[in-house]
Order: sequence, then C-alpha cells, then structure tokens
Amino acid sequence: MKYVLLFVETEQFADDLEAMSQSERDRAYQRVGEWFATHGDKIRSHRKLQEPGTATTVRMEGGDPVVTDGPFVEGKEVVSGFAEIEVADLDEALRVAKDWPGCPVVEIRPVE
Amino acid sequence: MTEVSHAELARVVREHAGKLAASLMHLTRDFATAEDLVQDAVVAALQRWPEDGIPDRPDAWLFTVARRRGLDLLRREDNYRSKLAQLQWPVQPDPDERLRLIFTCCHPALPRPAQIALTLRVVCGLTTAQIARAFLVTETAVAQRITRAKRKITDAGIPYRIPADDELGERLTEVLAVIYLLFNEGYLSTSDRAYSRDLTDDAEWLADLLHGLMPTEPEVAGLLALIRLHRARTTSRFDDDGRLVRLPDQDRARWDRETIIAATQLLTRAAKQHRPGPYQLQAAIVACHAEAAAFEETDWEQIVLLYDMLLHLQPSPVTRLHRAVAVRYATGARAAMAELDALAGELDEYHLYHATRADLLRELGRPVDAREADERAVKLTANPAEQAVLHERLNWS
Repeated sequence: MKYVLLFVETEQFADDLEAMSQSERDRAYQRVGEWFATHGDKIRSHRKLQEPGTATTVRMEGGDPVVTDGPFVEGKEVVSGFAEIEVADLDEALRVAKDWPGCPVVEIRPVE
Repeated sequence: MTEVSHAELARVVREHAGKLAASLMHLTRDFATAEDLVQDAVVAALQRWPEDGIPDRPDAWLFTVARRRGLDLLRREDNYRSKLAQLQWPVQPDPDERLRLIFTCCHPALPRPAQIALTLRVVCGLTTAQIARAFLVTETAVAQRITRAKRKITDAGIPYRIPADDELGERLTEVLAVIYLLFNEGYLSTSDRAYSRDLTDDAEWLADLLHGLMPTEPEVAGLLALIRLHRARTTSRFDDDGRLVRLPDQDRARWDRETIIAATQLLTRAAKQHRPGPYQLQAAIVACHAEAAAFEETDWEQIVLLYDMLLHLQPSPVTRLHRAVAVRYATGARAAMAELDALAGELDEYHLYHATRADLLRELGRPVDAREADERAVKLTANPAEQAVLHERLNWS
C-alpha cells in the first residue's frame, strides 16, 4: 500500500532548531539524511516545503476565489514536507514513521 | 432442546462467535465481510435459539448460517464465493487466528470506543443492540462507530496479524486497556443485571482467552487475577437495598474464597517472571484486601509498598491519594494528612479527595474543617463530571 507521511512542524521545534549551534544543526540534518537512506527502498518521492510564511491560500468556496497570505490553517502546527512510501500495511508505515528523527509530528495518510 | 436462559445463551454465543470470525477471516482475509457474516449468524441465533433451544452443535449451526448468508452476500464476488463453497465443517481455526483478531480489533490506529465495540462484536459475539444497551448509547451510534472502524481497517491498511516481537509490548498494552475498561464499565454499572449484559463477565472471559493464548505474558495473568479478585467479592459490595457497602463493613464470609485463592496463585506464578507491571501490582493490592480475614487484619504496610511500586511505573495523583489512605492505616492520620496536603493543587476538583480529607480531619479532631471538606465533596459529586472522575479513579491513571 502507498501512504504519504506528512511531516508537521511545531513552533517549539522551529525555535529549538533556531537555537542550535551550526554543528548541532548539521548533526540533526545528518540524522534525517540517514533516515532517508535507511528507508530508501520504501520511499517513492519526498519533498521539503519552504517555510509557512511563503504560503498563499486560495478559497473558492464563496463564489469568487479569495486569495490570502499564509497557510490554510493558522496554527502552531504546519506541514513542512512529505514523503510517499510504499509498504505492506499500516504497521510497516508506522514503523517507518516512528523512526523519523526530524519534526515532532507525522501524519500518515493512505493514498487512494 | 432445552429451556434457554439469558446467561446460557450469551455464554454459548460468546464461546463460538469469535472462533467463527477467526475461521471466516482465515478464509476471506476480509475483516469487514467476516465480521458481517458473524453478526448475521449471531442475530439469527438469538432469534431462533430461545424458541428452538440451543442446538447440539452450536458452532456448526452458526457456521451453516454464516456460510449460507455469505454465499448470498458474495454472489458477485466469485473469489470468496468459491472459497466459501468449498468450506466444510468442521473448520479448525489456528488458535493464533483469534489472537490476530483481537490485535486487529484493538489496533492503536482505531479510537478506543471503536476498539471496545469491535472486540465485543467480533471476539465476544455481542450484537449491536447489546453493546448499545450496555454503554447507554443508541444503536445507530454503535453501528456508525463499527462501520467507520471497519472502513478504516480496510482503507488505511490495518493488518491482520500478531505484532512482531518489538511491537508486542506496546500493542499488548492496548489490548489489556480495552479489557480493563470493559471490566470497569461493568463494575461501575448500576443498571439492572437481569436486563443488561454483565460486562465484567465478558471482560473476565476475554482476559482468560488471552491468557490461554499468551500464557507467558505476566501482565495478562495479572489482569485476569485482578478481575477475578474483584469479582470474587462482588456480592458483598451492595446491601439488600442496592446501596454500596464500604470495604470495612463488607461481610467477608460472602467472599468467594476458592476464587480468591486460585487468583492469588495465578498472580504468584506471574510474579515469578520478575516482569512487574501495573496490572500485577493492582492485583497484588486487591489480593492484600481479599486475603485479610477482617478489615483490621489488612497488611497495610505491604499495600503502601505496592503503591510505591505502582507509582514508580505509573505516576498519578489519584494513585497517590489511594496510597495516602493506606498510609493512614499503616502509620496514622497525621502522616496521611501530610500526603493529602501535597496533593491539594492537583486534586482540588476531585470529590474523593475531599471525602478522604474529611475522614482524616475528623480523626484528627477537627470537626468543623471536616464538615467543610464533606460539603465540598458533596458539591463536586453533584457535578456531572463525577461519572468521568469515578472512571478515572478505577483506572488509577
């Protein structure tokens, strides 16, 4: 089955990353790189998104499209990237997600 | 043909429904279909058996109904149909099949109420109507919960298998929590037993089944012992008018000694593995009460020690309150009061905190403060949140 892992950042996580020294940050990125290498056989594609300040939202629900600045939900948790994986079942997807060394929240969504 | 009692009917259905579900799962590998067929067979049995009597081979009877219904239902799905058509009775499901079923029903990706409803329907063979009555919700609500859960199992790819060794501990915790919640629901229920399902009986049956399937897991044995130790003393918990009788006032002659001894032995065997856990410790605490011939003979020092171990594994202010009660009898009211003072911030909204405090204040010769604490407890009890708190108290969480 195919799943998309949505990587979700929290404000706290962004602050912590900011507060790190360059070498600490490098190590954090290295761990993420290792995760991609470990699970490379299951990962079909992946993307890191630019920070939420760059987002633009278009709402079509009231007739004319309304364009606003920012992500569609204003909140402390924002999607910061995704990876599409192909595994046997949800348990295997969970195993991959639980290993994730980056941001603190991962949403797992099966792909139709 | 025999006259069929309510309890007998429930027992026979429960004994066979889960096995049938396991056989059908093995055959179709389709959780939703297997579950539907079992439910149909159970509903049919509950209609026919009270009139016709329980058949000599209830398993074969259920199987025949499910098979016929399956062939009907799967008319357009040749794959299942041909498999089902080939199926002959008796089917001997692999014992692990029922374990797979339990782990699927209690998968952490499902919400807790759905885990409970699925387990009751699939493993224990309860009907939607029986679940609705037991939990005081509408049948529609239960049906929706089940439909949504089954859809998620299929669409999200929740597997049908026993978790791997490195996941087993975590997943077993989930299963045990479901059984324990079921037990509490039944234990706290005030509804008339004659008309509603005794969920404590289903919880004990499930724990026993799980213990049979996983005999080397000490926490499974611990939960089974805990449930049996509680149930052995059920009859003395209420007086003839249905009022709750407090532990010191219970008639211990009415306790089921044989069950208490057997459950304590089960617990002792589990403890020999030196893998303590919250259920074994709770069972050990209940065993201390159950083994005391009189309230005055309770081994309170041992109980305080067990609470210390439990708090080490599962820190919780409510457990600390229970420990404080044990400290009162082991050491004295003053020491217990000091423990309570330290909990004032966390448990200020909890009526039993104030009720316990009132007891201690009275013993310490402060009747005015005691009355105030009692009033606070009563005020909090009138609060609709009491039900939830009461559940939490029994959850020790």
